[in-house]
Amino acid sequence: MKTQTLIIWMAAFALVAFSACKPKGVQTTLTGDAASRVYVPPGQHDEFYNIVSGGFNGQMSVVGLPSGRVLKILPVFSLNPENGWGFSEETKPMFNTSHGFVPWDDLHHIAISTTNAEHDARWAFGNANNTPRIARVDLTTFKTTEIIEIPNSAGNHSSPFITENTEYVVAGTRFSVPVGENRDVPISSYKENFKGNITFISVDPTHGTMELAFQIEAPPFNFDLARAGKKKSHGWFFFSTYNTEMAHTLLEVNASQKDKDFIMAVNWKKAEQYIKEGKGKMTGGKYAHNTWDESTHMATSTIKEGVLSLDPREFKDIVYFIPCPKSPHGTDTDPTGEYIIGSGKLAAIIPVFSFTKMLQAIENEDFEGMLDGMPVLKYESVLHGEVNKPGLGPLHTEFDGKGNAYTSMFVSSEIVKWNIETLEVLDRVPTYYSVGHLMIPGGPTGKPHGKYMVAYNKITKDRYLPTGPELAHSAQLYDISGDKMQLLLDFPTIGEPHYAEAFPATLIKDKQVRFYKIEDNNHPAALKGVNDARVERDGNKVHVYMTSIRSNFRPDNIEGVRVGDEVYFHVTNLEQDWDVPHGFAIKGANTAELLIMPGETSTLKWVPDRVGVFPFYCTDFCSALHQEMQGYLRVSPAGSNTPLTYSTGDL
Amino acid sequence: MAIFPLIMATISTLNRILVFLAAVLIISTYYLPLWQISLWAPQYPEGLNMKIWYDRLSGDVDIINGVNHYIGMKHIGVEMFPEFTYLKYIFAAVIAFGLLAAILAKRWMAFTFLAILILLGIGVLVDMYIWGYDYGHNLDPKAAIKVPDMAYQPPLVGYKELLNFLAYSGPDVAGWILGFSMMLLTFVGFSEWRTSKKSRKLKLN
Repeated sequence: MKTQTLIIWMAAFALVAFSACKPKGVQTTLTGDAASRVYVPPGQHDEFYNIVSGGFNGQMSVVGLPSGRVLKILPVFSLNPENGWGFSEETKPMFNTSHGFVPWDDLHHIAISTTNAEHDARWAFGNANNTPRIARVDLTTFKTTEIIEIPNSAGNHSSPFITENTEYVVAGTRFSVPVGENRDVPISSYKENFKGNITFISVDPTHGTMELAFQIEAPPFNFDLARAGKKKSHGWFFFSTYNTEMAHTLLEVNASQKDKDFIMAVNWKKAEQYIKEGKGKMTGGKYAHNTWDESTHMATSTIKEGVLSLDPREFKDIVYFIPCPKSPHGTDTDPTGEYIIGSGKLAAIIPVFSFTKMLQAIENEDFEGMLDGMPVLKYESVLHGEVNKPGLGPLHTEFDGKGNAYTSMFVSSEIVKWNIETLEVLDRVPTYYSVGHLMIPGGPTGKPHGKYMVAYNKITKDRYLPTGPELAHSAQLYDISGDKMQLLLDFPTIGEPHYAEAFPATLIKDKQVRFYKIEDNNHPAALKGVNDARVERDGNKVHVYMTSIRSNFRPDNIEGVRVGDEVYFHVTNLEQDWDVPHGFAIKGANTAELLIMPGETSTLKWVPDRVGVFPFYCTDFCSALHQEMQGYLRVSPAGSNTPLTYSTGDL
Repeated sequence: MAIFPLIMATISTLNRILVFLAAVLIISTYYLPLWQISLWAPQYPEGLNMKIWYDRLSGDVDIINGVNHYIGMKHIGVEMFPEFTYLKYIFAAVIAFGLLAAILAKRWMAFTFLAILILLGIGVLVDMYIWGYDYGHNLDPKAAIKVPDMAYQPPLVGYKELLNFLAYSGPDVAGWILGFSMMLLTFVGFSEWRTSKKSRKLKLN
């Protein structure tokens, strides 16, 4: 009897002790036919081009949506040995800055060119965060064709956002820094000596060529992100700011103290007018402007000096501050241009501001005070309303064109859909994990394509097969065509994507350059046929004018090069057909290969360091006889008399 | 004094063994964690787990501290708990008393052993509640993230949602062993109470 009771007691205890203490894991809810909705059958094309920033890889990736397939890695600010970007003599000037050759940067944001607030997808702009620059990519060649450095700026994060007709691309400084004559100042003199410059770069409407138009010398805040007004708010630009505490140390704490920071509204039309009236003041600042010429197939770098500056304390009607809780990250304008959404990353609500109310508040001088002579508008006077309990850590907002906004929540790892008019939360979906930017095709424009949405996450953990400590960043694709957002696809990405944009493939897919016409090749070392192939000596420089065509190099036997020479291989790809690049690599090169598109000329500099015979070969499998596409170069000792000879096909 | 012989009585051999077992089992709690606190968030699907021992903490304490500093919670460390300096001695005394109870086999000692364990258990829970209240309410006013009217007191036992985290608090192996010892002693108490009732009936009859 006693023993029985004991056993019952023990059994009861065991039940309590071993009942599960872990909640259900984060579950992935997939709708049944998700696979078919992202499946692009073999031979068919994706519906959207998605241009994705690569973050710390300094590149952009070109992704097809809805499949999530990576179509191209497009080198911008970082060397790319794969195609010789930054290694060939022609591309090296693209990396020139006022600091000299800078081989890497951190590319955060993409802006696809627009006309009338709609994607025209002629160019993609990208920002260099570390050494401030803006790049322009030609979307007919998917090649970086221009890079302009931003002087008097540091941490070019609030960039590159564009106006609705791509009149300007902006570059707001994240780090305020000392500018002007005396830059050797104590860090503790931050408030007096540091400036937060906002740069407006004009874009030529036909060719896209960028020029530094003017800078606005703003207070020393941290400028985080920006968005242009559109349609009714065209002519204005909105910049989110944090560290309005103006701290210069331990920002994690010291820049998180105020309940409200600001969205800085800039009347750029007014600023433009002042510049036209000659009211800009020329200030110092050296910068590089690098351009790529598609006819000579080479880049030129020009160092320029000086930029026109406007002091908003002097011109009273170009800068207004809208109080915004708390350390706003994204500032986004809805497709109508009426609403400005500030995503305070430490705030418990999302404020939605009204452009109409902002104009009224300015008109009525409804100010809560002045900031160094610049008006601070009353929060309530500009506010359309607040989204309550949206989630934790709001970062960015995109739009579907149907009156809804979608805000990414970093801390609560979700995307929240809400109605812009009613401010009512409509739906929420988890992301895996901790979403940063989100993207809807056409999302930042006046014409969103509210079909898909992509979340670009900061944490990957267990989403894919593990690959050691360093993991790919994850992205999820959602269907947003219905009332409820539906997860369709989870895919790894390249680098660390921050912002991305997407547009219908039909905008550009028929405009793609397939090859360069050899008769239009104006490279000074271009060869128009195999008979021009030759080798010339100029002091210790040896120029090899070489052709490549399936499946040979001309010349392919070269002698008379000496240790101490510098050899320049100017290789022209004579092919005139689609998708026949040739590569060129030579043993011991301290650079990289060349990958030469049909009709293009590229130059590899090679400095032989020893005597011997060095093979070179084509690196891109070009034909059935690709393995035969090779040659030899003989290097003789310094001062030897081996005559300079070259040949092809001589037995 | 009719009650006197009842509590001065000697306990049965089985109960003596059980009291001994209860005392010996507690020795194992020196080598096992007493309590556990777990946290799950979307970006921590694997969960974060902290274990509390008599004299130390183990597990993802550093990661939990890293996460919690954004909302201004104090840094959890050994220095935060003066209890760690004396808890092991208290339990050593308890074990010694339990063994003595088994050797002397006095009914009153078995009851006292159980009472001490129950009171200690309540004491530890109250202490934990007070700590949890302070940890969840007493936040750094300079914290980066301040959610109005939000406190982060962890649950005493069970689950609780705190912002993006789901928190769980509950006994760990050593805690369960202590509970099992208490259960054994409760059984001893129950059976001794029945025996005494029977013997009283016998005497009355």
